[in-house]
Amino acid sequence: MVSTSENKNYKVIGTRPIRHDGYDKVTGRAQYGADIKLPGMLIGAVLRSPYAHAKIKSIDTSEAEKMDGVFAVMTSKDLPRLGDVVRGNSEESGSEKHLSENVMAFDKVLYKGHVVAGVAAKDQNTAFEAVKKIKVDYEVLKPVINVDQAMAKDAPILHEDYTGDHLGKKVKNSNVAAHARHEVGDIDDGFKKSDLVVEKEVDMQTVHQGYIEPHSGTAVWDEEDRVKVWTSTQGSFSVRDSVSKVLDLDVSRVKVTPMEIGGGFGGKIPIYLEPIAAVLSKKTRRPVKAMMSRTDVFDATGPGPGGKVKVKIGIDSEGKILAAYADIRLEAGAYPEAFIEAAAKCVFSCYDVPSMKIDAYDVLVNKPSSAPYRAPASPQVAFATETVVDEICEIKGYDPIDFRLMNVAEKGTRTALGPKYRTIGLKECLEAAKNSNHWKSTLDSNPSPGKKRGRGIASGYWFNIGFKSSVNLSLNPDGKVALTEGSTDIGGSRASIAMQAAEVLGIAAEDVRPSVVDTDSIGITDVTGGSRTTYATGYAAYNAAHKLIEEIIEKAAIKWDISEDQIEYSDGIVKSKTDSELKMTLKEIADDPPGGPIVSSASVDLEEAGGGFAVHIADLEIDEETGKTDVINYTAIQDVGKAIHPSYVEGQMQGGAAQGIGWALNEEYFMNEDGVMLNSSYLDYRMPIALDLPMIDTIMVEVPSEEHPYGVRGVGEPPIVPPVPAIGNAINDALGLRLLSTPMKPSRITEALKRKK
Amino acid sequence: MIKIFLPYKIRETLGVPTEIEADGSNLRNLIDHIEDAYPGVKEYLVDEGKLKPGMSAVIDGKTTRLGLIHKLDNVSEIHFLPSIAGGSE
Repeated sequence: MVSTSENKNYKVIGTRPIRHDGYDKVTGRAQYGADIKLPGMLIGAVLRSPYAHAKIKSIDTSEAEKMDGVFAVMTSKDLPRLGDVVRGNSEESGSEKHLSENVMAFDKVLYKGHVVAGVAAKDQNTAFEAVKKIKVDYEVLKPVINVDQAMAKDAPILHEDYTGDHLGKKVKNSNVAAHARHEVGDIDDGFKKSDLVVEKEVDMQTVHQGYIEPHSGTAVWDEEDRVKVWTSTQGSFSVRDSVSKVLDLDVSRVKVTPMEIGGGFGGKIPIYLEPIAAVLSKKTRRPVKAMMSRTDVFDATGPGPGGKVKVKIGIDSEGKILAAYADIRLEAGAYPEAFIEAAAKCVFSCYDVPSMKIDAYDVLVNKPSSAPYRAPASPQVAFATETVVDEICEIKGYDPIDFRLMNVAEKGTRTALGPKYRTIGLKECLEAAKNSNHWKSTLDSNPSPGKKRGRGIASGYWFNIGFKSSVNLSLNPDGKVALTEGSTDIGGSRASIAMQAAEVLGIAAEDVRPSVVDTDSIGITDVTGGSRTTYATGYAAYNAAHKLIEEIIEKAAIKWDISEDQIEYSDGIVKSKTDSELKMTLKEIADDPPGGPIVSSASVDLEEAGGGFAVHIADLEIDEETGKTDVINYTAIQDVGKAIHPSYVEGQMQGGAAQGIGWALNEEYFMNEDGVMLNSSYLDYRMPIALDLPMIDTIMVEVPSEEHPYGVRGVGEPPIVPPVPAIGNAINDALGLRLLSTPMKPSRITEALKRKK
Repeated sequence: MIKIFLPYKIRETLGVPTEIEADGSNLRNLIDHIEDAYPGVKEYLVDEGKLKPGMSAVIDGKTTRLGLIHKLDNVSEIHFLPSIAGGSE
């Protein structure tokens, strides 16, 4: 670990206690979305479109309705038609109309797997049989499945009624939902003065987050028109908001209980089955549970966008970057939102560039609506930028770390969107990379016969959001603390949040017991996403713990009949400053405290934590005959601000690297020309498994965030950004081949080698 | 005076320079002053008494969570930007 912070003497922060939910998860006691069983529960199933683009002419549900064991059938006629109202300005951006249409198609299906009808039946087999009896008359249309097709003149249009925003102009009948531009300085002058200009275009295929647990949704619509939902989600409050909008209910009529979540990586922010289960429950007055198969997940839930990114960078004769241009075209899928603003924010984020221009296009295609995937859109743009930087270093003979240090973004550097950075730790990460055993080691130049080795390096960025979080604390009579929170726990956040409360209270992490509760039991808490949870919910826990100490002192003052300013608290002991006889443990003060139980609560609404940067080094061995690539050595370096629970920080860094390596080498939505994914199972959608990867070494760099009392930065997203370009740069080092499309799979390598020969 | 940077599309549509200057005790007040100098800007920034959905204000490098009531003491520059959807852990 490399730390630039003052080495504070923390008792809990920086230790590695066993996670509070660990035993439940390893013993199978933990309840995930599909585990819920309710009295009288029915099973829901949905009919999905076999076509990627078609008009719905009619739907005949009569045969399904006649079946024994079928309790209800629904179509979009059972949902309110929502207007095109823009929602919020956080993760759940988009329009209410599109939110609803993505749950169930109204007039058109826009991707293969789009839901057109739902059924509630006594069991799963009956539900599946009933779905087969629903007849839909489609008018099949030609789909567009990539940005080139979608942006072509005379391309079939997905949304004839949608008005796009092209640099402020309202444009109809276009698959470009938005064209945005950002400019800093004069790039024409910058390129004119450049000694060397390098330009590359990369092509990224659509990929999936690949969480283990498929989506599910269970709902009860009661006689008072209150809807209870149980689901696997990254944000119970965002589910509440979305479900209430799709069903046109007041938000207080919807209560969401988050179940344990078997992975999300951004993909468990949108809703899919929950409103359908709710409507079927309303029709049947019974609980309804609906679940997805793995193929459903691939076909119909938000993937990370594919697309094309062109980057051009000019440098002067000393190697200083003078100008940079990016043209970013990302697939939104069926409805707008391809994270183009995030892409623009990230594309040149690692460099101090005096002039920049970015054109970004949000492009509608006949694929499932894109969802966030770990640092959404940052890996796509990093592939282009870091490839160009590597090419510049190759042409000019620069050491790739020295070049990056020469042009490094630091505090005060103006970003591509305009604002200047606050304290960031990219320079420290690059220096840590340079001093690492990995970088200092010599790449073995004598691999097995027929194989070649190469090393690549790349950097990456994510900005780490803040937003709303709430925490309640209750001091139990045994002196332990119950903590309730609204952040669903994906990566060990129960522990990292409880540890921050424990640090303030001066007690063991195990003595703070965290629970993730439903939306009626805690204040509004934004999604577990954007690398915000340990930062924002942890900050709320920090504030709540300080308030709890105030309560403890107030109760002790009443008990001892002395003033509060004569009392102090530390390490689980409340005591008089002047009378050594007057002191109590937490257990003693919690046993019948005067004036009622000792509780506290706090909520926050925070700005960004300050950016998180990562630098990765990859060593590869490539079989020239088969094109098979083995990752033989990999190091992930990252500014983590302050690692609350270092094991879970390391886990995030390793997990992000593993997903990025899969993206680089194997993963893709392999689509036919009809817009049908041909590899919608884990047998065919090739994610890396443990046998495919070496031990991923981690170096945590701690440059504390100025915005958090312990210096926490988000850590979940930066590590997926550098792997694709690091792998690409290593392939170039090994073979002298600049591959510009993902995945850089064996066939692509062997074909490129043939062309080279 | 505070340096103000508006999104490209507003600048292009309304003919506003890349960098302008304005003052205000809070964000609401500042936007009113911008509107006085560049009529039409407010419609892009404010909706129903709040910062428009999808719009954010970055005040000296920090995205305000207070919106129009954000007080502007010793502020150097403000960037109005499209708000950015977040990612995930």
